[in-house]
Amino acid sequence: MSPIQTSDSKPLFTRGPSLGMRLLLLALLSGVLMVLDNREHHLERTRQALSVAVYPIRLLVDLPFQAADWLSGSLSDRSALQIDNKRLKERQLIANAQLQRLSALEAENARLRGLLDSSAKVADRVLVAEIMAVDMDPYRHNIVVNKGTNDGLVSGQALLDAQGIVGQITEVDPFSAQAILISDPNHATPVELNRNGLRTIAVGTGDTTKLILPFLQNNADIENGDLLVSSGLGGKFPAGYPVAIVTSIQRDLGESFATIEAEPAAALNRVREVLVVRRGASVPQPTVSPEEEATQ
Amino acid sequence: MTSRESEPVLGLFVFSIIVAFSLAIVPMPEWLGRFRPDWVALVIIYWLMVRPRQVGIGAAWLVGLILDALKSALLGQHALAMAVVGFLAIRFRLRTRVFPVWQQMLSVSLMIAMYQFILYWIDGVSGQEIPLTDRLATVAASALVWPFISLILSTLRR
Repeated sequence: MSPIQTSDSKPLFTRGPSLGMRLLLLALLSGVLMVLDNREHHLERTRQALSVAVYPIRLLVDLPFQAADWLSGSLSDRSALQIDNKRLKERQLIANAQLQRLSALEAENARLRGLLDSSAKVADRVLVAEIMAVDMDPYRHNIVVNKGTNDGLVSGQALLDAQGIVGQITEVDPFSAQAILISDPNHATPVELNRNGLRTIAVGTGDTTKLILPFLQNNADIENGDLLVSSGLGGKFPAGYPVAIVTSIQRDLGESFATIEAEPAAALNRVREVLVVRRGASVPQPTVSPEEEATQ
Repeated sequence: MTSRESEPVLGLFVFSIIVAFSLAIVPMPEWLGRFRPDWVALVIIYWLMVRPRQVGIGAAWLVGLILDALKSALLGQHALAMAVVGFLAIRFRLRTRVFPVWQQMLSVSLMIAMYQFILYWIDGVSGQEIPLTDRLATVAASALVWPFISLILSTLRR
């Protein structure tokens, strides 16, 4: 490759390596970076530093959306707020009533588990984080939340919304964290059927309204409308939270596995606030499925 | 490259890059997201065509690296693609600059296609599968916004 012969500032002598040489060097550098990043994850530090450096840009993009939220909040009129308030109070009342029942059930569950000699599930502590309005790669389901290591987040923590599991944290820097949604094609969630404890894996499809269960045989006991909850196996997600609801089952006799689709319980493409589960010292106990209980 | 005339350019360069970064991650509806032009690559192409000595291919690489961090892609992926695009932009700038608009759009779309191909290739090697047809939508969208980018930046430079 010849160096730049003509240029706008017309230097008499070209300085430094030629253009082609520079490209070659940069390409080599990129190659080394990518291998280090992909294979060994050696670049955590560099990644964090860069992530902090780009945080202002993310903040800048998020700002108008925050402002719009704030505006619509402060400009909504009195009657709308009153109606809202009334509705929320009713909801709170109902939720409290359900909670009372839940605490009784939890106590009963703990007693039963005590009889079975398996320890009770430790209550999970949660932290509310807000999703920042930034689009990542359109082909991957990643989100950025506005809490980071400063708030005690670490990689691998689970994200929930009011309806179910949303995803898990993949990278943290001091001010923000990135998370992968359960609908990302590279994400698999260990689940079990709430009805009978059948364990399997729910894999993302790249569509926020669809998960697939590729590893269930044709004769598996599964029906439309079955609720899938996290099984807690793998140690990433706390056990017992809703993940998805089965929407379609096709049993093709020529295939050994059924084609099963499920719709995520969480509103993956609409949530604005998520709960980050901060678990205590304990690792979730593998739940005892009804079949196993029955055999004991 | 420290020439006198780099002073006013630097501010505008940084500003345009920040705007491009913002446009690259601003939320869009899912169906429209597929047609999001490669804003950063387009701005880099523009600057390398008009100021090849001051901006340079190294700056293009660095901008690509920051884009990697911003999109949380594999570190080095966009950097490599951006360096290659920068190389093409510098090599063919004399010809491209005097082209009529539609020919400029054509050559820019070829550069963006190269950019997208490198991203696609690296995604493939690192185990992410993304349909190539979706990438073509980006190339077309980028070519369509090129005249506006070049017009706006040229006006701002005066």
